[in-house]
Amino acid sequence: MADKKIFGVTALFNNPDAIISAARKVADSGFTKWDVNSPYPLHGIDKAMKMKPSTLGFVTLVFGLTGVAVALFFMWWTMSVDYPMVIGGKPYFSLPAFIPVTFEVTVIMATVSSVVAMFAFFFGLPRNAHALHDTEYLKKVSRDHFGIIIESDDPKFDERSTQELLKSLNPISTEIIYYPEKERYPIFEPRFLVFLFGVAVVVSIGTYLMLNKLMYIQPFNWMDEQQKIIPQSKSEFFSDERGMRLPVEGTVARGFIPYPFAGDKEPKEVLSNPYFPTKENLELGQRKFLTYCSPCHGNYADGDSRLQGQFPNPPTLHSDRARNFPDGMIYHIITNGQNIMPSYASQVTREERWAIVHYIRVLQRAKNASESDVKFAKSE
Amino acid sequence: MDVDYSVEAPVVRGRLSLSEIEELVAKPLDSKPDKKFFVALSISGSALLIGAIGLFFTFYYGIGTWGNNQPVAWGFGITNFVFWVGIGHAGTLISAILFLLRQKWRTGIARFAEAMTIFAVMCAGIFPIIHTGRPWLAGYLTPYPNQHGLWINFTSPLIWDVFAVSVYFTVSLVFWYTGLIPDFATLRDRTTSKIKKSVYSIFSLGWRYSSRHWLHYEKAYVILAGFATPLVLSVHTIVSFDFAVAILPGWHSTIFPPYFVAGAIFSGFAMVVTVLVFVRKIFDLQNIITLDHLEKMNKVILATGLMVGYSYATEFFFAWYSGVQFEQFVFINRAFGPYAWAYWTMVSCNVLFPQFFWFKKIRRSIPAMMVIVILVNVGMWFERFVIVVTSLHRDFLPSSWGMFTPTLVDGGILLGSFGLFFTLVILFTKALPVVSIAEIKAVSDGAQPTHHGANHG
Repeated sequence: MADKKIFGVTALFNNPDAIISAARKVADSGFTKWDVNSPYPLHGIDKAMKMKPSTLGFVTLVFGLTGVAVALFFMWWTMSVDYPMVIGGKPYFSLPAFIPVTFEVTVIMATVSSVVAMFAFFFGLPRNAHALHDTEYLKKVSRDHFGIIIESDDPKFDERSTQELLKSLNPISTEIIYYPEKERYPIFEPRFLVFLFGVAVVVSIGTYLMLNKLMYIQPFNWMDEQQKIIPQSKSEFFSDERGMRLPVEGTVARGFIPYPFAGDKEPKEVLSNPYFPTKENLELGQRKFLTYCSPCHGNYADGDSRLQGQFPNPPTLHSDRARNFPDGMIYHIITNGQNIMPSYASQVTREERWAIVHYIRVLQRAKNASESDVKFAKSE
Repeated sequence: MDVDYSVEAPVVRGRLSLSEIEELVAKPLDSKPDKKFFVALSISGSALLIGAIGLFFTFYYGIGTWGNNQPVAWGFGITNFVFWVGIGHAGTLISAILFLLRQKWRTGIARFAEAMTIFAVMCAGIFPIIHTGRPWLAGYLTPYPNQHGLWINFTSPLIWDVFAVSVYFTVSLVFWYTGLIPDFATLRDRTTSKIKKSVYSIFSLGWRYSSRHWLHYEKAYVILAGFATPLVLSVHTIVSFDFAVAILPGWHSTIFPPYFVAGAIFSGFAMVVTVLVFVRKIFDLQNIITLDHLEKMNKVILATGLMVGYSYATEFFFAWYSGVQFEQFVFINRAFGPYAWAYWTMVSCNVLFPQFFWFKKIRRSIPAMMVIVILVNVGMWFERFVIVVTSLHRDFLPSSWGMFTPTLVDGGILLGSFGLFFTLVILFTKALPVVSIAEIKAVSDGAQPTHHGANHG
């Protein structure tokens, strides 16, 4: 017994009035590390023990306000910034419609944080290895007794005098509580490790079956299986067994205007540009030129492209030949291709091709500007 | 039979000592379940099984197995959802609002009512999810960054509902568990079984009855009650927004939030009385769940029943006063149309029968109150049925009118939800203390210090 470490001394009472007056006397003796244990909260014990009021409300306040801010900010960000959408004619930030969710988020933040803060940080729970557990004292106070414990950590604690003090309060009994003999860590026992391993295996197999098998049985096939022919699948109806059908011969796409000189290497006549060189058209032409033409012809049509050396160098568009082409000839080359240049008919639409022609004209004019042009530009 | 209302009745009758109270409450947990328990469990389990079969048909063949159609797209699914959420409200009212109002008599019934809240919300939560037809996609209801780059619509009442019901469930659970911790510790300290002790130790978190803990604990209880009170009012308010924000005549009404909340408390109290009458008898808790408590609950039922009746009358008045032809038609159609039987069932069960509670004899008679509260439960289910079905089945265009006929699967799932609720209630009575041991000890006679002892100095 002698080598056991004392946790504290306890005294038991069986009447609420007695515990209150006893607590008051212990508090007056100047102890700090002591406690009263009772099966339910006693009215007036806080005053008798000289305890300060609970500060838990501050946790609630801080987290509640955080909840308000987080909810409002999040809804503002999702509904007005990240993916703005007009719903029911409401503004992007529709405060009245955000109130319910704000309220609910506030409530859950405030309540859950208060409870977690109280148990985990105020009380240091869960803690099942406290010296008081499994003592007769705790069993009595959990039932119908009221107890005082003075811990040995208290600076004023002295085994004999503290016991004397408690005895002077007329308790029904006093008891010395010792620390449990040896700390045991059952989590390092092999049996527990095997159990843990077993749990890991079962959870892994369960998760695998759940996510990869159960989630794809009949009702949950995620619409993967449907009664229709999808691209690349075999058709049992058509004799050529192709799921994807070719268009009927002579099919013309919507809005398609046939080009009369398609495939003609040296056309005798060409079309004239049906569009005006408006600002919109020139900008469209610039965009398309930079996308489709500049990789070979260069950003300013000098033939100095980024791909120089990897392909046969394309010609500059500022040569006399190119400058003397009619608009329709440039259009013809884009549509038909020339030498190694393929046809761009499938990449750029008819309208875009004419816009590119306009833009090439702009580049040609800018690159070969005369003195009078400079004067004209300055006078503008 | 003579009751003196001028003195407060003791919360615990029979002058039980603290340890006697504990023995009484913990007895069902210490004893092996008897035959009655298994009979009750098999009845509720069978109902649950029928519900499971209904769900199987729903998932396997699709939502077409239900009676839902155009124009009645909401049918039983939403009726049941609103019904069960309403049942849940009594628990929070008892545990939070009556706590803030310092009604000591709530102590004996609070734990049970809170448990019923949790079970009822579980039953409720099933319905909107299965009503979508593809419950496995319910994850899309949460705002999470996804590959579509989309967010949920925070301005929709249906999303408010998701938040309200899930927050309500979580907070109720936290509230309930917080109240259970000291009881788990009591059970831990009295049990002799090693397995039970480990389980109770884990759930008690190592509670030590320290007064320094009780101080914060009581504060936390006030905080939880303070938040749960507006929360419970918000939940049925938001549920009513599902209807009130729509433009359908019969739904588009500003009276819905208070009307729904009153109805929820009304139906919830009726359910609590229904179950408690059995529980107090079976587990010998007549001294803790006393006749006085039941009488007080019957008074609440009477009061909220009057509020509900007033709401019915107001709805008719406003339909007339609005001068809107469609509004007026909906209400005439409700009372005299093809669903008049449902309407008059609702009115008689919710407004007429509770009037018997004006008589003290009936308020304090167990068989009489049993009949009335069951009728109230029926009536409140029909109220939701009337709101959902009669408003939908005939709206603006006569060409798109229709009728709603529930199928066997509909009925099976409704029965199954009762099965789930009662199965959970029955298991709860054997697994956890049905009365809060710590709280009931604290309000029994002589448990608190006398005035002299407490406030001297």
